[in-house]
Amino acid sequence: MRPDSRGYFGEFGGRFVPEVLVGALEELELAMDAAFADPAFWEEYEAILRDFVGRPSPLYAAQRYLAGISAAPLLLKREDLNHTGAHKINNTVGQGLLARRMGKRRIIAETGAGQHGVATATVGAKFGMTVDVYMGASDVERQALNVYIMNLLGARVHPVTGGTQTLKDATNEAFRQWAAHVEDTFYVIGSVVGAHPYPYMVREFQKVIGVEARSQCLARYGRLPSDVIACVGGGSNAMGIFAGFVADPSVRLWGVEAAGEGLDGTHTAASLGAGSVGVLHGSRSYLLQDADGQVSETHSISAGLDYPGVGPEHAYLKQTGRATYVAVTDAQALEAFFALARLEGLVPALESAHAIAFARELALERDSDDLIVVNLSGRGDKDIDQIRSAYPSRSAE
Amino acid sequence: MMHVAAAMLESVFRRARERGRAAFIPYVMAGDPDLATTAAIFDTLANAGVDAIEVGVPYGDPLADGPTIAAAGVRALHAGARMADVLRLVGQGRERAWPPIVLFTYYNPVYRFGIQRLAEDAAAAGVAGVIVPDVALEEGAELRGALIANAVEMPLLVAPSTTRDRASRIAAQATGFVYVVSRLGVTGAGTEPDFSPLASQIATMRALTDKALAVGFGVSKVEHVRAVAPLADGIIVGSALIDAYCGSVGGAAAERVRSFVEPLLLATQFETAIGIVRDVGRDG
Repeated sequence: MRPDSRGYFGEFGGRFVPEVLVGALEELELAMDAAFADPAFWEEYEAILRDFVGRPSPLYAAQRYLAGISAAPLLLKREDLNHTGAHKINNTVGQGLLARRMGKRRIIAETGAGQHGVATATVGAKFGMTVDVYMGASDVERQALNVYIMNLLGARVHPVTGGTQTLKDATNEAFRQWAAHVEDTFYVIGSVVGAHPYPYMVREFQKVIGVEARSQCLARYGRLPSDVIACVGGGSNAMGIFAGFVADPSVRLWGVEAAGEGLDGTHTAASLGAGSVGVLHGSRSYLLQDADGQVSETHSISAGLDYPGVGPEHAYLKQTGRATYVAVTDAQALEAFFALARLEGLVPALESAHAIAFARELALERDSDDLIVVNLSGRGDKDIDQIRSAYPSRSAE
Repeated sequence: MMHVAAAMLESVFRRARERGRAAFIPYVMAGDPDLATTAAIFDTLANAGVDAIEVGVPYGDPLADGPTIAAAGVRALHAGARMADVLRLVGQGRERAWPPIVLFTYYNPVYRFGIQRLAEDAAAAGVAGVIVPDVALEEGAELRGALIANAVEMPLLVAPSTTRDRASRIAAQATGFVYVVSRLGVTGAGTEPDFSPLASQIATMRALTDKALAVGFGVSKVEHVRAVAPLADGIIVGSALIDAYCGSVGGAAAERVRSFVEPLLLATQFETAIGIVRDVGRDG
């Protein structure tokens, strides 16, 4: 669905930004509408996805992960095979093309683990644009490899020292920088969050995941999947794959949030599972916050899910019951991370490992007539340092 | 319906104008570093003769604010200051003869507090106005309605990037005054501001509205105040004032505020004659 004219999916979404940004959002919406209506825009987008990103990504039938647990076929949508290693690049290619079409020569982005920053820097290099990436100072330290890659690609990385020094604060800073340079700068938001039209626009650029997966399923199995599973932080890989199936009522949609150490404590990142309605980064959605409306600190083993908000369309899909949101703990995600590596020869991103973990649980209630699709949204190379320091002897077992 | 608070803010600008001055409105973060210090600062500002006080309600993710005010908000949050505490503090204003108070907050703390409850409690505390910078024109109807029904005003912001047509609609909906953001970006002293486009920005606004125009964002020094005073009805200074008292507590903080504010207050005087010095289309 398209949000209403004010950018709402039901009661979620909208445009809660300082006045200085309203004109830029209106300009962006007009440019987006014109681009979306222009077949030449989509032709170029598709050509870049094909030749530069490496699409379509395969739909791989996992052989051993569910062996002995369930007869249900498990299909992995291999976004981990994209250039730069995750789904993020689908969106940055789209927004980069739009920025170029709007005559903007400088692009900025926020990043947490650095994946969106790398995907933005990559597109900036390809299009010859100046790229500034805002990244929490503590993330800059934790994700030194991605910082180096962004620099290699010609981007400047600015450590953000305010607040919790993570993704939320990097996003605050990107909004502020956009406000200060709004005339010549395009803000490439990395997820289906932010003020209208970002949640809709980013979903449209990620929708290719679901469109491909749907036709791959039909071509190979002659039927639709019973279930589609994706991890949800801000929620762009999930909205991307859901968008391909949302109009098929028989397909159950599952969003998997990061429970962190558990939904009942304060060490969680499950906005839909443990949060309440509020406004963060320009839209009304679910939010981890205290009774006074102060945004909470979050925790997840996975940096990409470690965010207190969630895209407004997910809040809407939860409210309408079209999608179901569950949560997986750090420990369950880690277990799935190791299992997928051992059993399938695939090292998933810790984000995607949350979806993989839930697939195992769901498969207990499914059989050979069913078809479970999991969005393997990214590869785990970026997480290896973190895992290795926690489990130094894992390879020797 | 008679709006008591409406008269309060309008009279702030009228009185200043009659004295050949622009109204001077300092911004103070409530609860930074503690609420007792904030009260001492308010006493000092009242004695110094400021025309109104903009009171920041601490919020951890202030998108319209630069590093100084964001850090002040974090300090105030650590000290435990929340919306209810700020309203309690401001409620002492009548007996302590504080000038009119305008809250500066963000939508999420307002939404969680309750829009209706905020409007009622703000009115009960004697708050003259509430500014919510991340609620632009399109999202503001419910809040505006609740505030106005309780005789609390809601000034709205116009930015240099606001189109003329939009500025006209904003000015029509704003109550109390129109907050003219003097530059792109966020609050804060930072780089030396360029006020040269301000004259035409103000002229545009004068043609669109006869409501009072208060200028803020980046106004930090005596020279800035001197440059803006002849143009605007009011001048808002925030980050520089916080820098002035940051690191001190209680009477010491208030004393620093006094020495910072006095020269700025003098600089608001742009005309010695008593009387109406600018015809901005209001009835006297």
